[in-house]
Amino acid sequence: MKRYTLVAILLHWLIALAIFANLALGLYMADLAISPTKLRLYSYHKWAGLSIFAFVILRILWRLTHRPPALPRHMPSWEKWGATISHATLYGLTLAVPITGWLFSSAKGFKTVWFGVLPIPDLIAKDLALADILKTWHEGLNYFMVVLVVLHVAAALKHHLRDRDDVLTRMAPWIRHP
Amino acid sequence: MKLTALRTFAMAAALAAPALHAAPLAVDVAKSEVSFMSTQMGVPVPGKFRKFTVALDFDAKKPEAAKASLEIDIGSIDAGSPDADGEVIRKPWLNAAQFPKATFTATAVKALGGNRFEATGPLTIKGKTKTVSAPFTLKTQGAVQTFEGAIQINRSEFGIGDGPWNDPETVAFEVQIRFRIVAQAPAAK
Repeated sequence: MKRYTLVAILLHWLIALAIFANLALGLYMADLAISPTKLRLYSYHKWAGLSIFAFVILRILWRLTHRPPALPRHMPSWEKWGATISHATLYGLTLAVPITGWLFSSAKGFKTVWFGVLPIPDLIAKDLALADILKTWHEGLNYFMVVLVVLHVAAALKHHLRDRDDVLTRMAPWIRHP
Repeated sequence: MKLTALRTFAMAAALAAPALHAAPLAVDVAKSEVSFMSTQMGVPVPGKFRKFTVALDFDAKKPEAAKASLEIDIGSIDAGSPDADGEVIRKPWLNAAQFPKATFTATAVKALGGNRFEATGPLTIKGKTKTVSAPFTLKTQGAVQTFEGAIQINRSEFGIGDGPWNDPETVAFEVQIRFRIVAQAPAAK
């Protein structure tokens, strides 16, 4: 059976779970009234986001050096193109979301210090008007990502249940091939 | 009005201590700055006070005769973000409604050698007073004198950040207060 490499599989699922957890945390913390808990959660969210960013870079480097298994032959070319474009967009979003978060934090005037230890440089200076714009982008890109993930999951299930091919199992080898 | 206050101050100083000849200085508030650095979750966050007044009577040749007082308008705080500005003037933090001013009065100034000095005196924040020593440097450019220094305070000693905020893990107890006072000898006018 053709499947992704173990590293690719681990990175895919690790990043997917971490993104969901951090997205939920982000949605929850944003509406809290200011409190020590809020300050903590914001820091945890930034630390997690930065960690995800690091894993995404690792993942993209792995992906560029390890060719994934070819798509099933039965797929029409529009489906292949659709898969390629949506995968590329998802990779792009997993970079763009943490980057806009990082810039957003800098524009708000809050430096990010990874795990309270490693200061990350501010690429832009404090600018509250720009921070508002970056906030919109950070949120908007997340919602776009959620939409694409829904599509991604739906496509995987369609391959598994209707087409009965190995598109899902090559990334989730613990699932039995139909 | 500030000038009148300064003149009154100068007159009072002259009457009180005519032998010392200390020179009251005209403070340029626009060029002066009172700022602070807090630490949130290990992240240094700068802040400042937009409104404060300074009365300064200083002669580098006779530092021991110097008089200085600083009055900070707590409500003018810029704590780094609008969220924080709204929070820190509330009761658990600085309680600006009940304690609208923070003050420092230098009751003793000594030379530390070179252009370095140290001012000691009572610092009052949120109704609590502690004696602190603020080392500072003096830079002179023509008639313009710039006094620059900093002190470290422990916010818990002043009851700044009560209740759930009384936790150095999220907002560190140590807060650095920095000042840069730009002044001119009135004789230069």
